[in-house]
Amino acid sequence: MATITLDTVRKVYAGNVEAVKGVSVDIDDGEFIVLVGPSGCGKSTLLRMIAGLEDITTGDISIGDRIVNKVDPADRDIAMVFQNYALYPHMTVYNNLAYGLRNRKIAKDEIDRRVKEAARILEIGDYLERKPRMLSGGQRQRVAMGRAIVREPAAFLFDEPLSNLDAKLRVQMRVEIKRLQKALGTTSVYVTHDQLEAMTLADRLIVLNGGAIEQIGAPVDVYDKPASTFVASFIGSPAMNLVPVRSENGRLQAESGAGLDAPNLHGSDRYLLGIRPEHLEISGEKANGTDGLSMEFTVNVLEPVGAESYIYGQLDGAGPEIVVRAPSHARYDPGTVLYLNATAADIHFFDAENGRRIEG
Amino acid sequence: MKKVQFRNAWFPYLLLLPQLSIVAIFFLWPAAEAVRSSFYLEDPFGFGATFVGFDNFVDTITSTDYGRIARFTGIFTFCVTFLSLGIALLLAVKADKVIHGASTYKTLLMWVYAVAPPVAGLIAILLFDQHVGPIVKLVALFGWKMQIGVNYFDTGFAMVIAAVWKQIPVNFIFFLSGLQGISKSVQEAASIDCRSGFRRFWTVTFPLLAPTGFFLLIINITYAFFDTFGIIDVILKTEPGNNPVTLVYKVYLDGFRGNDLGGSSAQSVVLMILVFILTVIQFRLIERRIHYT
Ligand SMILES: Nc1ncnc2c1ncn2[C@@H]1O[C@H](COP(=O)(O)OP(=O)(O)O)[C@@H](O)[C@H]1O
Ligand SMILES: [Mg+2]
Repeated sequence: MATITLDTVRKVYAGNVEAVKGVSVDIDDGEFIVLVGPSGCGKSTLLRMIAGLEDITTGDISIGDRIVNKVDPADRDIAMVFQNYALYPHMTVYNNLAYGLRNRKIAKDEIDRRVKEAARILEIGDYLERKPRMLSGGQRQRVAMGRAIVREPAAFLFDEPLSNLDAKLRVQMRVEIKRLQKALGTTSVYVTHDQLEAMTLADRLIVLNGGAIEQIGAPVDVYDKPASTFVASFIGSPAMNLVPVRSENGRLQAESGAGLDAPNLHGSDRYLLGIRPEHLEISGEKANGTDGLSMEFTVNVLEPVGAESYIYGQLDGAGPEIVVRAPSHARYDPGTVLYLNATAADIHFFDAENGRRIEG
Repeated sequence: MKKVQFRNAWFPYLLLLPQLSIVAIFFLWPAAEAVRSSFYLEDPFGFGATFVGFDNFVDTITSTDYGRIARFTGIFTFCVTFLSLGIALLLAVKADKVIHGASTYKTLLMWVYAVAPPVAGLIAILLFDQHVGPIVKLVALFGWKMQIGVNYFDTGFAMVIAAVWKQIPVNFIFFLSGLQGISKSVQEAASIDCRSGFRRFWTVTFPLLAPTGFFLLIINITYAFFDTFGIIDVILKTEPGNNPVTLVYKVYLDGFRGNDLGGSSAQSVVLMILVFILTVIQFRLIERRIHYT
C-alpha cells in the first residue's frame, strides 16, 4: 500500500506529440482514482508512465516515498490489468497467476495459498487448469484481476479493463472491482472513457482533456460544480445543456434571440449558461416573476429509456438544442411548445471566452 | 463456410485432374521407377537389367562410404538447422525491438527475403574463394590455412556456412512476423511480472514462438537434406574427390557419374523412407501442436 505522487509529469512522443502536458496530483494511500476523458486525451499514456511501460519525458513519479522514474516495471510493486487482459496464452490459469510470484522467488506453498485464495475470491477455482483460450471474456477478465491480486502490490493500475465486456457483465464487474478494492484497500488508478464507470467507481475523478487536467474532485463535486464547459458536457448523461446568453436590461436572454429569461448573477455581458436536463421543470405556461430560469422550448423528439424519458427540442423553435428529463410516462408530440423552469441554484455560469466556471 | 454441391459427382475430380496428373508424372512415376530399379542391376550401357532382389540395398547400407556420408549428412543437417534457426532468431529478436510494427521496415525486409537466397548463396561461394575469398583471408590471419576442396573439414565447414547463409533470411522473416504476432500487451504484462529479459524470453516469448519454430525446424531439416545440393555442387566444383558430400549428392554421384543406377535408386528409396518418417512425425506433432488464440 502506498501513495502515488505525480509532479509535473510530461510525455512527448516522437514527432513532437505532447500526449501529457505537465500533470501533478497526489494520490492518497488506499484511494481509488479514476482517470477519465475522451479517447486520445492521454489517459493510457499517463497510466503507462506510472507502470513504467513508458518513459517519462520530464517530471517525477513517486510510489510510496521512492521516485520511480528509472525503476524497472517489475520493481515498482504495481500490478496492471490490461484492456485485452493480456493473459499468457500458453499458460494455464494457475500459472498465469503464479508466474509473477515465481519470478519473485516466493515459496511454493505461499504461491499456492495466494493463487487459491484469489481463485476463491474471484470464483475462478474451477478453471485453474484451463488455458485462457478456453475461457469466456468475463472469465478472462477475472483471471486478469486474479493475476493482479495475487501479487499483493502497492497499487493496482487498470486500463479500461471492462470495455471488452458486454453491458450487463460490465456493470457486474464494476461493482465487484469496487468491492474488491475497498476490501483490499489497495491504492488504485483506473482509466476509462466511460463517465458512468468513472462516477460509480471513483473516490476522486481526474478529468483529462488534451493531456492536461481539467478538474480533480469527488464525483459528486465534479458533477455539481464542473470546472469548465468541457467537464460539464463530459460528465453526466445526457450532457449538460449549454446556451450562449447575453445581458439585456439586467436579465439574460439567449444569443440567438429571446426565448430565455434568467437573472444575471455575475455582472458579465456574455456567458455560456449551463443547466442539467434533470434540473429543468416542465410547465405548460411561462413562469412569471421568478428569480430563476425560464425557457420557451419546442419539442422535436421524445426518447424513452425506461425509467425516464428524454425530450430533445429547441429553444424558442430556432435556438440551440436542449434536452430535458421527463417522467417515463410523459407524452409530447413534436412541435409542442413547453416552458422549462429552473431555480437559480441549479444554473451554471461559464466564461463565454475560455469556458471556465464562474463562481458566485 | 459455404458448402457447394456439384450435381455430377465426377466433376470435382475433373477439376483436380491437372494437379493430380502433375503429381503423378513428376512425383509418383519417378518414385515408382526408383523403387523398381532399386531391385535391378542395370547394365552400364543400358542394354538390360538383372533382378537382384535386395542386393543393392545390402550393398548400399554395408558400404563403408555410406556410413561416413550418412554421418556427415547428419552433422551437416544438424549444424545448418541449428545455426540458421539460432542466428535468424537472434537477429529477429533484435530487429523486433526496433521495428515495433513499422510496416516500411517490414516491407524492406520482405525484399531481402525475396532477393537474398540465390544472391546470398553466390556471395557465400565468393567469400570462400581460395584466392580472393575474404573469409579465407580472415581465418588465415589466425593461422588457419583453409583449403576448400582439399581438406575434408574445411570443405564441410564452408558448406555449412554457405548453406546457413542462404537460409537465414527465410527463417528471419518467419521469426520476425512470429514475434510481431505476439501481443504487445502480453509482453508488457510479462515485463511487469518478470524483471529478467532473458527469463522473459524463455518463459513467454519463446513458447509463443514455438509453432513458428516447429514449422521452421521441419522446413530447415528438409532444406539441409535436399536443397543444399546446388551449394555443395558449386563448392566442390563437381570434383568430389575425398571431400564430404551429403546423401542426396551421393545419389547423384553414383547414379549419373558412376552409372550405378541400381545402387543410386536404392539410396533414393532409403531417402524416401526417411522423408516419409519425417512427414509422419511432422503431422503427428502438428496434430498435437497447441493452437493459441
Ligand atoms: N507510441 C506512441 N507514439 C506516438 N504517439 C502516441 C503513442 N501512443 C499514444 N500516442 C498519442 O498520444 C495521445 C494519447 O494517447 P493515449 O494515452 O493512448 O490516449 P487515451 O488512452 O486517452 O485514449 C494520442 O494522441 C496518441 O495518438
Ligand atoms: Mg487508452
